[in-house]
Amino acid sequence: MATKKSTRIGRIAVAPSVILLFLWMIVPLGMTLYFSTQRYNLLNPDRSGFVGWLNYRAFLTNPGFTTALVNTLILVGAVLLITVVLGILIAVLLDQPIKGRGFVRLMVIAPFFIMPTVSALVWKNLLMHPVSGFFAWIMRSLGLTPVDWFTHHPLLSIILIVAWQWLPFATLILFTALQSLDLEQKEAAEMDGAGPFSYFFEMVLPHLARPITVVIMMETIFLLSVFAEILVTTQGGPGQQTTNIAFLVYAQALLNYNVGGASAGGIVAVVLANIVAFFLVRLVGKNLEA
Amino acid sequence: MGSIRLENVSKSFGETAVIPSIDLDIEDGEFVVFVGPSGCGKSTLLRLVAGLEDTTGGRILIDGKDMTDTPPSKRGLAMVFQSYALYPHMSVYRNIAFPLRMAGVDKAEIDRKVREAARVLNLTDYLDRRPGQLSGGQRQRVAIGRAIVRAPTAFLFDEPLSNLDAALRVGMRLEISELHQSLGTTMIYVTHDQVEAMTMADKIVVLNKGRIEQVGSPLTLYRNPKNLFVAGFIGSPKMNFVTGEEAAKRGAATIGIRAEHIALAPEAGPWHGTIGVVEHLGSDTFFHVTVDGVGPLTVRAGGEAAYGHGARVFLRPDESKIHRFDAAGQAL
Ligand SMILES: Nc1ncnc2c1ncn2[C@@H]1O[C@H](COP(=O)(O)OP(=O)(O)OP(=O)(O)O)[C@@H](O)[C@H]1O
Ligand SMILES: [Mg+2]
Repeated sequence: MATKKSTRIGRIAVAPSVILLFLWMIVPLGMTLYFSTQRYNLLNPDRSGFVGWLNYRAFLTNPGFTTALVNTLILVGAVLLITVVLGILIAVLLDQPIKGRGFVRLMVIAPFFIMPTVSALVWKNLLMHPVSGFFAWIMRSLGLTPVDWFTHHPLLSIILIVAWQWLPFATLILFTALQSLDLEQKEAAEMDGAGPFSYFFEMVLPHLARPITVVIMMETIFLLSVFAEILVTTQGGPGQQTTNIAFLVYAQALLNYNVGGASAGGIVAVVLANIVAFFLVRLVGKNLEA
Repeated sequence: MGSIRLENVSKSFGETAVIPSIDLDIEDGEFVVFVGPSGCGKSTLLRLVAGLEDTTGGRILIDGKDMTDTPPSKRGLAMVFQSYALYPHMSVYRNIAFPLRMAGVDKAEIDRKVREAARVLNLTDYLDRRPGQLSGGQRQRVAIGRAIVRAPTAFLFDEPLSNLDAALRVGMRLEISELHQSLGTTMIYVTHDQVEAMTMADKIVVLNKGRIEQVGSPLTLYRNPKNLFVAGFIGSPKMNFVTGEEAAKRGAATIGIRAEHIALAPEAGPWHGTIGVVEHLGSDTFFHVTVDGVGPLTVRAGGEAAYGHGARVFLRPDESKIHRFDAAGQAL
């Protein structure tokens, strides 16, 4: 892509897909924008018309909004932290010449193939259930009182479920990147006197900077709109404790039948996602250039 | 001090014995070249010395101390890899400083040593660059810089020049030889290029299928090869080998004669042949001659020698320079 000519040819070549993607995105966005300025409640379809910023004001001043915003950010941040840190550790372990490595790899990847709804149900009923769950059984076996996860640590429970789902993704990407680490480089470091810890921090981590960036970007996009897990387990509760922006929009639209308000919420979510993405790109984009 | 001694060293990967058993003495300050065809076990032998592979049997002594089971970083050796193995995310400065940092040397001392090495290797202007922004020759020098700052007891090179183009290779060959002169440190150098071996070595170790065929100075190997393999491997162009009647006449299964020990004569000589391809190098001319009853021979003559393709010539071998080998390929 060095010469001007090749750049132009490249632009022409990608134009159709860019235009298609643009339409794909812009039509629903346009409709949402339109509805967000309308009074449009399914319970009251006769009262319609332009209301300006009213829907936005209502959504933003809704006492639930700040809580949902904070919950969203905590959820995204915590899941990112868990998946990246654990992902690196597991990837490094998988890279060791251990017995039955193929099987272990398969096990690690498996959660990614399970639908969010299903995995949330499994966690809710088989693992975290305060009476019949596996965790409760462990606690009782140890003579402790079982934890009622969804009552006492609802957000943490959601975080654990979502992190469990995204860990394979992070592990897979990081593991693949690890395998491209040059063997001679490792031997050079060994001869230069780098122990396992120096090797990890001086060679492995810098090598993983790029894939980590990719993992963070990809996960953030999806984590901002976590929904199924919340719907299946806590319904956003107790109270507002596990309501994130996506769930708040849902609550507006389907619980209150307020299409206009939900559209405004959706637009707010899009703007929020862009703000987060902007900071993320600034924060980690440097890594992608080098 | 950097003497290295291999006693009965062997190495197998699973069932295959790559190195059956090797004994070798390397004196302090020597420039030793391991040379041999691809796959003969040169790299493996070097990696055994470095500690990057475990020996299957035998002992490795460095400076008289048994280091067979010592980890690589504790052997006091520095290695330059074929791929250079530079750390891509670090600047040239940090690459060269890395072994010192790992050894816990203080900052001022590191800075002094890195700048000194950079000065010696002409890298001062590139200290802030990343390896990806350097040419092949410069990367090579960074790899050498990273090796010399540690002041190792010996340097190990594994085909360090094979990624460079021909002109640069000649230049770097000289630089490494000069480095050896000025540091006086033991160097073990692996190559499959016999020209590199001849030009750089104090001592050449010719390897074949994991065995040492012969050890000696370049000229010893050139003048007195112990067997057919060494005779054919050392020297360019390859030594001419003749079997059959001509060999039997001289009491050998095979005789060998180098291109420069055959003279072309217009009128008379013991052999008679037809000139095929002629290679003019300016200073020398190589004639590929098909000799009646002997076979194809390469003959070296001065730059002025002027015989064309298809010309009939007489040839006179220098009888005192003919090497004789028995049926097993050993020199007689
Ligand atoms: N890790 C390994 N496992 C099994 N066999 C190996 C291994 N490393 C090397 N070998 C074998 O050992 C033999 C010697 O390999 P080595 O790399 O020492 O050759 P070399 O002389 O350095 O060749 P080249 O000039 O091509 O680098 C080869 O036949 C190779 O296939
Ligand atoms: Mg090799």
